[in-house]
Amino acid sequence: MTWWTRLWRRSQMEAQLDKELSFHIEQHTEQLIAQGHAPDEARRQARLALGGPEQVKEKCRDARGTRWLEDLLQDGRYALRTFRQKPGFAIVALLILALGIGATTVMFAIINSVLLRPLSYPQPDRLLTVHGFTQTFGEFWGSSNPDFIDAQRDSRSLDIAGWTYGGGTISEPGEPQYVDGRKISANLFSTLGIAPVYGRSFRPDEDRPGTAPVAIISYSLWQRDFGGNPAAIGSSLVFEGEAYSVVGIAPAGFQLSGDSDVFTPLGQSTDPRMRNREAHFIHAVARLRPGFTLPEAQAELTLIARHLAEQYLKSNAGLGMIAHPLQQELVGDIGSTLWLLLSAVGLVLLIACVNIASLLLARAVSRDRELAVRIALGAGRGRLSRQCLTESAILGLTGGMLGVLLATMSIRPFVLLWPGSLPRAEEVHLDWRVLVFSIGASLFSGLLFGLAPALRVPTRGFEQALRAGARSIAGTSRRLHSAFVVSEIALAVVLLVAAGMLGRTLLSLSSLDPGLNVHNILTARFALSPGAMASPEQIRAAWQDVIDRARTVPGVESVALTDIIPMREGENSGGYWTTPTPPPANQAPMALMSSVTPDYWKVMGIPLLYGRFFNDHDRMGSEPVVVIDENLAQHAFGTKDAAGKHLWVQFIRDRPVEVVGVVGHVRHWGLATDDQSRVRDQMYYPFAQVPAPLLHFFSSVMSIAVHTTVPPLNLVQPLRRELRGASRDQAMYEERTMEQLVSASLARQRFLLLLFGIFAALALFLACIGIYGVLAYLTGQRIPEISVRMALGASARDVMWLVLRQSITMIFVGVAAGTVAALAAGRVLHRLVEGMRPTDLSTFAVTLPLLIAAALLASFLPAHRASRIDPTTALRQD
Amino acid sequence: MASAKSDLPQGTLDLLILKTIALAPVHGYAIAQRLEQVSRGVVRVPEGSLYPALHRLENRRLLTADWKQTETGRVAKFYRLTRKGRRQLESEAASWQRLIDAIGLILGMAGGGTP
Repeated sequence: MTWWTRLWRRSQMEAQLDKELSFHIEQHTEQLIAQGHAPDEARRQARLALGGPEQVKEKCRDARGTRWLEDLLQDGRYALRTFRQKPGFAIVALLILALGIGATTVMFAIINSVLLRPLSYPQPDRLLTVHGFTQTFGEFWGSSNPDFIDAQRDSRSLDIAGWTYGGGTISEPGEPQYVDGRKISANLFSTLGIAPVYGRSFRPDEDRPGTAPVAIISYSLWQRDFGGNPAAIGSSLVFEGEAYSVVGIAPAGFQLSGDSDVFTPLGQSTDPRMRNREAHFIHAVARLRPGFTLPEAQAELTLIARHLAEQYLKSNAGLGMIAHPLQQELVGDIGSTLWLLLSAVGLVLLIACVNIASLLLARAVSRDRELAVRIALGAGRGRLSRQCLTESAILGLTGGMLGVLLATMSIRPFVLLWPGSLPRAEEVHLDWRVLVFSIGASLFSGLLFGLAPALRVPTRGFEQALRAGARSIAGTSRRLHSAFVVSEIALAVVLLVAAGMLGRTLLSLSSLDPGLNVHNILTARFALSPGAMASPEQIRAAWQDVIDRARTVPGVESVALTDIIPMREGENSGGYWTTPTPPPANQAPMALMSSVTPDYWKVMGIPLLYGRFFNDHDRMGSEPVVVIDENLAQHAFGTKDAAGKHLWVQFIRDRPVEVVGVVGHVRHWGLATDDQSRVRDQMYYPFAQVPAPLLHFFSSVMSIAVHTTVPPLNLVQPLRRELRGASRDQAMYEERTMEQLVSASLARQRFLLLLFGIFAALALFLACIGIYGVLAYLTGQRIPEISVRMALGASARDVMWLVLRQSITMIFVGVAAGTVAALAAGRVLHRLVEGMRPTDLSTFAVTLPLLIAAALLASFLPAHRASRIDPTTALRQD
Repeated sequence: MASAKSDLPQGTLDLLILKTIALAPVHGYAIAQRLEQVSRGVVRVPEGSLYPALHRLENRRLLTADWKQTETGRVAKFYRLTRKGRRQLESEAASWQRLIDAIGLILGMAGGGTP
């Protein structure tokens, strides 16, 4: 008989077992009667000799190999029956679990998609990024175009491709629109291992200056402006005033550090930086060629960089190259946030489990009599423990299923809630890995909270349980209950303190002085009319026109142009020094370089400390001037009063520049991160003194900043209308108020606070339910004792104190344990969140009383009820 | 009366059952009786553990069972040895015999040394 026939023919086997045993007893009985015993007595003795038919049957069932499976089915049916009998318990437990598992699943789904799952390129583990590196400044993302071309040519272990930003205005087909773009090397698509959905990628001969303009457009632009028509291949696209011929459509969702709509060949770029070995603006991605490993490629890159340094001492001395896996690059430091959130969610799930465990335990204690009956009928201890675990596993799995359902519904909104953009957000969804995780988490939770009731299945003394009724309660179970409450409180303390720390950090970061006036400032990127870009004179005139026109808009107080806006993406750093001889290449101190128009400090409200800001006399041909911030002044000259001193800067090597003024430091990198940023010195130079060859490039990155007398966003439409230009193809885009930028710079902290706040509130709520449930139960068990005490003269106050004392002990032990854990958790947070303040007393001083108060409130109800017991009725009850 | 009997040494019940069944197909009650008779009341076979042992041996495919009529005309479950069971019986009996010889040797030596 195979195992499955045994399983499916269970009832038949049961009947046979029964028949076999009764045959035995009958035979024995007949023999005893023949020996002269009375029939009843003979039957009794025969049964006794066998040792109880039910127990024997149970052991025989155990002897079958499929026993566990049969039991599982039976236990499952039994569990469902019990849940149906007490639906209230099952519903509460399922809700708690669904919340816990749902939240954990969402977090894991994101971690899975963002961190764990390989990129959607073929052989993603062989994709790398190549970064620049110097001893003084560590790593930076860029490479210069000549270095990139040399490395691409000389490397035998790597296929290296490059790209850089290159957005612009599309004037045909359709309405003029500004789009993000990328300039890419011809081999970028093949290096990543992707192909255009239609058409082709660039040919190597198109990746050179002066060749026919060709472009690849994004899938979404193709859908939007070409109606998804394959005939778009070969059609014309007027981009930045030049007619490009569309040769390919990029795959849907293809991104290079963000969406872009137009890809043009990098080699066709006329940007003067293309020939400058000091302009590190090319992003390099690479694929390991077959047979090579990352260490080999790294060794080769080091060698190439050393050759370049020997060859181009002036620009490349001390400059190295470092290769990293691409995934690491794409994901960045989002990983720490994700793991932080998963641990927080894990704590909530743990509290939920503890809660359900105490509910189950309370139920198990009240089921002692039922268990005793089952033991008497032949159930072994292992069997009953298994049954308890089956029950909780079913509970866990059902809760898990609800949780996954909840996660499916909430994952999209949650991803959208993420501050900034979550890398690879479009890839976030539930897959089999997430399902395995959720099922695992549910089963684990189920076993976790089922363990306590299973372990306390009585082995001996069940006769007492049968006799005693519901009144008895074992000391172990009271201790276990207290342990549950203690651990719940400890876990809640950790989450509360973490939330408190984040709250305090956010508060102190928000109150930091950003170094500028954040109110009534509108900033926006701006693209001049491609027609105005013909000559340097025209470009300057066009910008002046933008400023003049913007000033005429009612509500505008002052207007300035700048290439970088504080707290927005984008930077431009350069070296400076204080003596005529430059320090060795790549070892000069770095400053954030910002080219601005004269009203910039007024628009932004940056305090002028010494000297003057720029005026209209600082122009091409006059003495080159700069304004520096207090940090740079302090670093370079040891004093803040540096007006009148001279500096040498990387981009004008041959002559010094005069420092005409010193302004306050602006927290350019964001309120939270500025203190830890690599470059903290700041330097401003007049836009009017940007040399003619660089004007074209600068014009593509300039932004406009407007100080307003009305709410800034009200001016977006009037300004857009006014600044459209004579040919109506100028575009203002990405409008942000300074307030928005400042608050966005704290988005990560605020987001963490929001989630930790929710988790902590959930934890507090669950812990209170737990305390209430356990105390209500324990007090209920003590009613006879309390009644006796009252009958002997204890007052209502005494009784309340009796109950409260029990909970106060639990609360304080929990708080003490939680405080220790919270201190440890605080250190982790301090390391992972920028600007995080170390744990301090005030955080505990705010959060702990809150928790204690809530916990006491939860224990007050059962205590109050206990004090109102009428001893005479209570004592008469059983 | 039970106190005069010894408990079965661990692991020997299976061997005794196999040996009992080896003679002819037999039902559970008969096995219990025969064990009782053969051991002349010296060894106490707990009837409660007989049936679980039978089921365990059946599950290990050392035994197989058929429902047949007894001489009194009632239907009972008759156990008989499989080929695997027979091999198991031989090897277990042999190793048991070796053990007995060894213990007898040791006890004999010790007995010779003391008055």
